[in-house]
Amino acid sequence: MTLIDLANPTRFLTLTARLLPWLAAATAVLLLIGFYQSAMAPDDYQQGATVKIMFIHVPNAWLSMFVWGVMSFAALGTLVWRHPLADVAAKAAAPIGAAFTFLALVTGSLWGRPMWGTYWEWDARLTSVLILFLMYLGLMALWRAVEDPSRAARAAAVLTLVGAINLPIIKFSVDWWNTLHQPASVLRMGGSTLDRAFLVPLLVMALAFSLLFVTLHLAAMRNEILRRRVRALQLMQVAQVTQSSQRSA
Amino acid sequence: MSLGPYASFIVTSYALATAVVLILIVWIAIDYRRQKRRLRELEASGVVRRSGRSAADIQ
Repeated sequence: MTLIDLANPTRFLTLTARLLPWLAAATAVLLLIGFYQSAMAPDDYQQGATVKIMFIHVPNAWLSMFVWGVMSFAALGTLVWRHPLADVAAKAAAPIGAAFTFLALVTGSLWGRPMWGTYWEWDARLTSVLILFLMYLGLMALWRAVEDPSRAARAAAVLTLVGAINLPIIKFSVDWWNTLHQPASVLRMGGSTLDRAFLVPLLVMALAFSLLFVTLHLAAMRNEILRRRVRALQLMQVAQVTQSSQRSA
Repeated sequence: MSLGPYASFIVTSYALATAVVLILIVWIAIDYRRQKRRLRELEASGVVRRSGRSAADIQ
């Protein structure tokens, strides 16, 4: 099966039905391993046991940006290639991305209170991630507000691409500005500065949450395709009723 | 495993992450059932796709 075959929603649904059980099982196993390794990880010499919050916070923070990246790629698919599944992919990803961003913000706050002495600070990293969260909510509202799916798709695609400007700002905010948030310690030039005892559970959790995103995204895309079929059939039903009433009149 | 003086922050983080993930899973599962039910109802009322195939059958 080539990529172009997936442009057919029916083929996509068939493939999704086959893949989802395996993806769900792999996600559950990886999450269990990740949670176990997080629980067994040693205390950090500075952070103590609060380092365990990082095993949830960091994967969710990565995914909050990755999901917007996926949506930006899908936005190009909508505007440039007019791929039939591009808007479906973007719309299905938004609530999942919003949930990951919410978790990144809240777990960051819960880590910040004992470590920084504050739940929140209006520094560049925290503020730019909060803006990302608000953009997710705005996009979801836009899709709901515009009734015509093709008009909503184009408007959402433009907004998504404009919002993608925020991604490098989030990533490099800790380098460009003097922030309370520490600079990158895993994805950085020169390699990770984390000890293996923390790096392994962190990467396992990152992989588990990434797989969780793929699983939930495919399932949400399947739902969105079915929702559009419902809409199409409802429009056909209205047309049939109108035609029959015109004949009888 | 001792979580030290900040146990409540750690436990809250993990509980919240678990709750949010579970809400996402349940929401997606309920949405799937709802869409399938609507499709079956529409097809039962005599509305069919132009291809003639069932919209609710995705296997």
